[in-house]
Amino acid sequence: MHSDFEVATVEMLSGAEMVVRALQDEGVEYIFGYPGGSVLHIYDALFQQESVNHILVRHEQAATHAADGYARATGKPGVVMVTSGPGATNAITGLATAFMDSIPMVVLSGQVRSDWIGDDAFQETDMIGVSRPVVKHSFMVRDAKDIPEIMKKAFYIATTGRPGPVLVDIPKDQTAPNVKHPYEYPKKVKMRSYAPVSRGHSGQIRKAVEELMKAKRPVIYAGGGVVQGEGSELLTKLAHRLNFPVTNTLMGLGGFPGTDPQNVGMLGMHGTYEANMTMHNSDVILAVGARLDDRVTNNVKKFCPGAKIIHIDIDPATISKNIMAHIPIVGPVDQVLEEMLVALDEHGGEPDQKALERWWEEIAGWRKIHGMRFETNEDGPMKPQQVVQALYKATKGDAYVTSDVGQHQMFAAQYYQYDKPRRWINSGGLGTMGFGLPAAMGVQFAFPDATVACVTGEGSIQMNIQELSTCLQYGLPVKIININNQALGMVRQWQDMQYGGRHSQSYMESLPDFVALAEAYGHVGMKITRFEDLEGAMDEAFALKDRLVFMDIYVDPTEHVYPMQIADGSMRDMWLSKTERT
Amino acid sequence: MRRIISILMENEPGALSRVIGLFSQRGYNIDSLSVAPTEDTTLSRLTLTTYGDDLKIEQITKHLNKLIEVVKLVDLTEGAHIERELMLIKVKATGAQRAEVKRSVDIFRGQIVDVTSTVYTIQLTGATDKLDAFIGAIGEAQVLEVVRSGVSGISRGEKVLSL
Ligand SMILES: Cc1ncc(C[n+]2csc(CCOP(=O)(O)OP(=O)(O)O)c2C)c(N)n1
Ligand SMILES: [Mg+2]
Repeated sequence: MHSDFEVATVEMLSGAEMVVRALQDEGVEYIFGYPGGSVLHIYDALFQQESVNHILVRHEQAATHAADGYARATGKPGVVMVTSGPGATNAITGLATAFMDSIPMVVLSGQVRSDWIGDDAFQETDMIGVSRPVVKHSFMVRDAKDIPEIMKKAFYIATTGRPGPVLVDIPKDQTAPNVKHPYEYPKKVKMRSYAPVSRGHSGQIRKAVEELMKAKRPVIYAGGGVVQGEGSELLTKLAHRLNFPVTNTLMGLGGFPGTDPQNVGMLGMHGTYEANMTMHNSDVILAVGARLDDRVTNNVKKFCPGAKIIHIDIDPATISKNIMAHIPIVGPVDQVLEEMLVALDEHGGEPDQKALERWWEEIAGWRKIHGMRFETNEDGPMKPQQVVQALYKATKGDAYVTSDVGQHQMFAAQYYQYDKPRRWINSGGLGTMGFGLPAAMGVQFAFPDATVACVTGEGSIQMNIQELSTCLQYGLPVKIININNQALGMVRQWQDMQYGGRHSQSYMESLPDFVALAEAYGHVGMKITRFEDLEGAMDEAFALKDRLVFMDIYVDPTEHVYPMQIADGSMRDMWLSKTERT
Repeated sequence: MRRIISILMENEPGALSRVIGLFSQRGYNIDSLSVAPTEDTTLSRLTLTTYGDDLKIEQITKHLNKLIEVVKLVDLTEGAHIERELMLIKVKATGAQRAEVKRSVDIFRGQIVDVTSTVYTIQLTGATDKLDAFIGAIGEAQVLEVVRSGVSGISRGEKVLSL
């Protein structure tokens, strides 16, 4: 029982006010959203406070990607609010994108009045049902009194264990302004059915160390979990300590410095020759926060035939899903790596230096074979790789780079060296075209003074081009690097390689005048067609610190991304150019 | 291999759909399913039967465990256990068949729970293969309707699945 005194001090808030207060109590700076009937009470409560800034996007998909970009850059959860029905369904692609890449996000969706649910009411969608396979968890508010507890749980679940998006579906009547309830934000969450692992098994860690000591051809294969799990520094320390080669996944770029001599580059479908060869010929693979997914392994039956696999991941279901792990270690990447470093000290031994020397010699040989070379045109159009190289130079390798999906994404992954985690931001798991620009907005909100570049293609950018309007409203000086190959390049590449060059629906005809378009939205547009102009234009664009610049850069439409693994082969089976294969 | 997975989960709306959704989403089969609240009304007990090799079952149980509402689960087939299924079955029972059916019911230790001049309704409990065997003994041609509860099960001995 509460004493009278306690009752008197408890704040009485409406459901809408509780939602907003909970956001404040979570320390939320930004909420990305779009209003509509079912969330109007909440919007009214938002209007009457100042600490949570609402960012009005132009499409709900962009709200989710912006929140996602914010989360990837900061490690804090991204927060979204959408209305019921179409607002909610527009958020699905963003939920799925975040889910595949394990990004912490809380999405609040409006719902029709509780007593109308199931009646096909105006703008009613079963959002819990529609979103079920693409969320870590979801809640429906059935009683406004539960709002503080549900919000607390939503943030807790989104950010702990293997992170992911959590949906909270809120019927309009639960936010009614005239019905007040006692508000107290829970300090702790207690859930008997949810207990993320907090430590890896010490015995397994020691076993792993012994295996590492015996290795003659080791490799560290580091994924997005290293970035997400704040394990970069520890991983770098471990790698330096052991002098093992390191390869990063597409999601893991920056988790180990890109320019470090021990980095053999990205692995997988468009990985470097040396990374894929190192993997294939290894005898011990230390997989850290990686999924061993099909874009990495190629045919699982032919995957790294001589390798023992040590697999560290926070999610037990990831371990031995595609490839059997010899030494599984379930736990948070940072804690496990830390304990592994201690276990190394305690073990006292050193890896076989002679063997390592030979191994590094072999790797050096592979590095010479391809080395990410590409042919440039003497007179013809510039190459997309040159654009990324110029971007690297203009930003001194220190930008936040978001990307869309396609060839430009792979070039941005291959030719920009990411030395820090959270700098490379792309939709790796779902491969969502339209991700780049809104994600860049989220990053720019998080770091207003940072250089943020969005590497995109003329196909992808048109999937969320309306966000140029949001960028104007909030003065976001994102630099859009539109690698314009006048084609859905990645589709076209597959058609060249596997469909006899029949370019079915992969042309981008009737492209808009992107310069005029950028200007119409109130931004700066630049069109660059000659390589000689590229560097100067980049410097000019990045000198415009407080303007969004849309750089429409015309490149060779016939270029392909290489290396490219040959489907159904092993990791070492690759095309190295249009004419050479391993 | 056939497995019986028994799950304790929060007795909350939406929990069941998550379990079932997981199976369809990841291409796992559910052979039978039964679910009801337990002595603790905040918990439901769900029993399902599925098929798969060890690897697949490991994945299934890992993914089930990841569902926030799943509190605990056990693969009953890993140890000694008792499994039961309830069947209500309507069969033709006319002329000489009446006695014949009655005999089969006795042999299988079933009960005739409803009778008309042409039909017996029989209740039978047992493991799935016993119920299958009964249908075989009666002959499919005689069967008018079959209702089965789905398997439920419990471990033998002192082992319990509880909080
Ligand atoms: C939403 C969505 N639709 C379709 C695809 C399939 N897809 C992958 S890459 C690509 C082409 C992208 O074209 P563009 O943005 O111009 O990039 P480019 O490959 O030319 O660099 C397509 C259609 C996708 N990844 N996402
Ligand atoms: Mg293109």
